[in-house]
Amino acid sequence: MTKKVLVDARGAFCPGPLLELMKAAKVAESGTILQLLTNEQGSRKDVPAWAKKMGHLFLGEEPDEGTAYRLLVQIK
Amino acid sequence: MKKLLIIGGGTAGTMLANKLAKGLTKELDERSVEITVVSEKDYHVYQPGFLYIPFQLKRPEEIVRPIQDVMDPKIKIILDTATEIKEQQKAVTLKSGKTLSYDYLILATGSHPQPVQIPGLEEAGHMFFTMDSALKLQEEMKKFKGGRVVVAVGLPHKCPVAPLEFVMMFEDWVRKQGIRKETEITYAYPLAGPYGTASVAELATREFEERNINIETFFFMDSVDTKTKELLSMDGRRLPFDLLVAIPPHKGAQIIEKSGFGDGDNWLPTDRHQLNLENHESIFVIGDATNLPISKAGSTAHFESEILAENLIDKLRGGEGNKKYSGKVFCFIETGLDKATYISFAYENPPKPVTPSKMVHYGKVGYNNMHWVNLKGIM
Repeated sequence: MTKKVLVDARGAFCPGPLLELMKAAKVAESGTILQLLTNEQGSRKDVPAWAKKMGHLFLGEEPDEGTAYRLLVQIK
Repeated sequence: MKKLLIIGGGTAGTMLANKLAKGLTKELDERSVEITVVSEKDYHVYQPGFLYIPFQLKRPEEIVRPIQDVMDPKIKIILDTATEIKEQQKAVTLKSGKTLSYDYLILATGSHPQPVQIPGLEEAGHMFFTMDSALKLQEEMKKFKGGRVVVAVGLPHKCPVAPLEFVMMFEDWVRKQGIRKETEITYAYPLAGPYGTASVAELATREFEERNINIETFFFMDSVDTKTKELLSMDGRRLPFDLLVAIPPHKGAQIIEKSGFGDGDNWLPTDRHQLNLENHESIFVIGDATNLPISKAGSTAHFESEILAENLIDKLRGGEGNKKYSGKVFCFIETGLDKATYISFAYENPPKPVTPSKMVHYGKVGYNNMHWVNLKGIM
């Protein structure tokens, strides 16, 4: 069964949610799906770019509560 | 007697201790409460002042004061190193062998640069996040006559905007030195742009484009080739330099590693509103030591200390102590030697930098001196 890990980065504005995702990726096992919960709109562009750069699989995004988004990345 | 024990005499520990001392005057006079701060140093450093040292805009003595001058006299200061937290006994042991018991323990153990994580950096590069490194960089800049400059960043680190400030101040400085044409500046950052938040990244991108500062994104520092004077990234990029200024990644304190409370980098899992160590009712965390996804910065410590002090005072008086920290942070951002912007944000409110101006710069200059008043817990 695929392991899913929620990374709650709402409010992560300095330096930003991508750092929280990178920290989670550092310790995640291969195949794990990281779900980044973020209310920083820039994440919607930065996270797919980071996933592509690192060879991870960007699975897409879905709206969450209020202005938040859930971005899904599967770790290589 | 109820005992409040604070580990760490930096900005977070000092502000909290002073706010507690002000709020608990009666209890301290009656000796029904004791506030103790354990500090490794007998002095307090205004760390944001390090940024100005390389440019000769601050002298070391302007940003350092004896610890007893910044702490309320009712606070007991112990100059020692905390070595072990004994949770079952509600006690902390010190390097001297002494053991201190507590009713409430507050960990203000800070964040610490790890230059050893980038082999070659200490030999061939420079930093400005400590007094010694900032002074060493100042000497190097006095000799600088132009060349290739690389400012590189490892995450996480305290004061997330400081590298941006340094590179924009440096660009202004070389222009004022009359050597801008002879100087090529590259900013190497591990995220998708020059910052991780869209509004600040847009501001920096605009400034960089107008001022001809190159940017390397997704640049994860690997090592420094000290022979060829090149900074290497993990994906094999090489940036040649004549002057390298790097901000190494930071970690939490050594005692956190031993305590078993922290994550792999010694950050403490902290409740984002109540600031208690997760799953612990008697241990709280403040300042850079938390794992919260917000700036490791003095202003974070300031706003956290307002909430935590009120909650601890309320708890000591039999209350619930359940005020919530909103994630509030305020940071100035120098965009040159005489212009600055600022950002103010919270968990639910993203930052929006204002147009850089001289007025905001003067605000920052003013705050650099106001810090000593702010530390007293009266602002």
